[in-house]
Amino acid sequence: MKLRAFWKKWGISYLFAAPYVLLFLLFTVIPVLVAMGLSFTSYNMLQPPVWVGWANYVKLLFADDVFLIAVKNTLLFAAITGPLSYMLCLLLAWFINELKPTWRTILTLLFYAPSISGNVFMIWTILFSGDMYGWVNSVLLRLGIIYEPVRWLTNPDTLLWVTMLVTLWMSLGTSFLAFIAGLQGIDETLYEAGAIDGVRNRWQELWFITLPAMRPQLLFGAIINITNAFAAGSHIVALVGFPSTDYAGHTVITHLMDYGNIRFEMGYASAIATLLFAVMLITQQAVQRMLRKIG
Amino acid sequence: MQLPIYRKRVTRSPGGDLAALVLLVALGSFTALPMVYVISSAFKPLNELFLFPPRFFVRNPTLDNFKDLAVLMGESWVPISRYLLNTLLITCLGTAGHVLFASLCAFALAKHRFPGSRLVFNLIVISLMFAPEVTAIPNYLIIARLGWLDTYRAVIVPAWQSSLGLFLMKQFMDQMVPDSLLEAARIDGANEWQVFRKVAMPTVRPAWLTLIILSFQSLWGNTGSNFIYSENLKTLPYALNQIVAGGIARAGVGAAVALVMMIVPVTVFILNQRNVVQTMGTSGLKE
Repeated sequence: MKLRAFWKKWGISYLFAAPYVLLFLLFTVIPVLVAMGLSFTSYNMLQPPVWVGWANYVKLLFADDVFLIAVKNTLLFAAITGPLSYMLCLLLAWFINELKPTWRTILTLLFYAPSISGNVFMIWTILFSGDMYGWVNSVLLRLGIIYEPVRWLTNPDTLLWVTMLVTLWMSLGTSFLAFIAGLQGIDETLYEAGAIDGVRNRWQELWFITLPAMRPQLLFGAIINITNAFAAGSHIVALVGFPSTDYAGHTVITHLMDYGNIRFEMGYASAIATLLFAVMLITQQAVQRMLRKIG
Repeated sequence: MQLPIYRKRVTRSPGGDLAALVLLVALGSFTALPMVYVISSAFKPLNELFLFPPRFFVRNPTLDNFKDLAVLMGESWVPISRYLLNTLLITCLGTAGHVLFASLCAFALAKHRFPGSRLVFNLIVISLMFAPEVTAIPNYLIIARLGWLDTYRAVIVPAWQSSLGLFLMKQFMDQMVPDSLLEAARIDGANEWQVFRKVAMPTVRPAWLTLIILSFQSLWGNTGSNFIYSENLKTLPYALNQIVAGGIARAGVGAAVALVMMIVPVTVFILNQRNVVQTMGTSGLKE
């Protein structure tokens, strides 16, 4: 009887939510749990998985030198592109927001376009081409800054930095739009009140009024940016190839793709995925806590 | 710069305004540079593509690259119209299902707050933090188990549950659809489906237009190559990548392809910029 009353009250809600939630369970929640489970096995997709306990993790952390290179690159990559792209999104959104609507529209499109243009980032391989025909090389040669062409995308000293530059170029995506929208939604009277209360310059205004007022968007943007910073991989492979010279562009994601798509060591690949997932969650928590202190 | 007078006077200095402008122009040109290069290269004749020293802008624009692209497409093993049809099919079905299922679920999450809805929403927020690669292996296993390998379904159905779309729709409904409006419709005798379709959905038009754009963008560029192996089921981006992979002699065609693939999502965004920005305004997370 109780069940019937419950169904009468909520049944329609569950019917509305059911199709999406079932798909979400099947293609997101279950895969995460499966990955965690597989990470304790040895599995090559032909024979059934064999339980190996913590062996994958032990090998990963203590015996896999290439993984340590991948971790180093990923942390460097995430520590630089993550905050920098976040600041760029915020700073550009902030500047753009003060322009006339026409300019605002044009510049929003300009900065957002690279993130939705699919493979267009591959044009950077032509701009950074390693011979004299590469546009960057040719300009630098003519200016006398370098005396022979730099092999930007195959030289281990430069390739990671070039991929960072390209990543920043295409990173003004969802969070950039969220920041623009957040800025537009701020109540003008807050600024008026701030001016009366003694806010004297744009930085004080930003810190004490603007940022606290758009904190929800800042939290959302952080999620998107951190995820992207740690997920760098497929476009790095597209730019510098796989494996990159001396593994200089090797990240945790490319390590994962190596074991998952090429070597078919699914248990080991799942351990990499699980570890990455854990690190992302911890970073998210730390950053979200930090953002609550603004203003 | 356009600011109300009191802000202009109190918090903005001319030096700061100038610095902001200089930074905008500098970063704007940096961002535009590769785009302009793509557009310029797509119209370059062969002798300008391999000129030394390389030139940034085209001098004698020509449509040769597009003609070559058309010829190459005509020579491909499977007619190019088939690839285009595949991509359109995947994009349309994937987008339609996503908008329908995500809106239904978002409506229940935002406006019914049924037991368990908080849990579902928290899971969705956490899933925003995944890199898709993290779940790639189990996803493949599941799709193989379902027997969906080498079918459109393998690409279309997972696209229905993109969590960013659901998240944005739920936030928008939370903040933009007043409960009183729905209550009024219920009192007038509308059932929940009618309330959803006739009241909620028209109110959240910017949100579902945004979902269409996001879903369209990700599916339009999808090569589907992880799941689809039959040549006549493959997508346009896959076919175009194959053409570009033909080597250095295809540099001009490559630029033409990049231009073609870029124009569609950018145009779709231009047409809907206002709606997207409005939707993103509600994207914020409460503490």
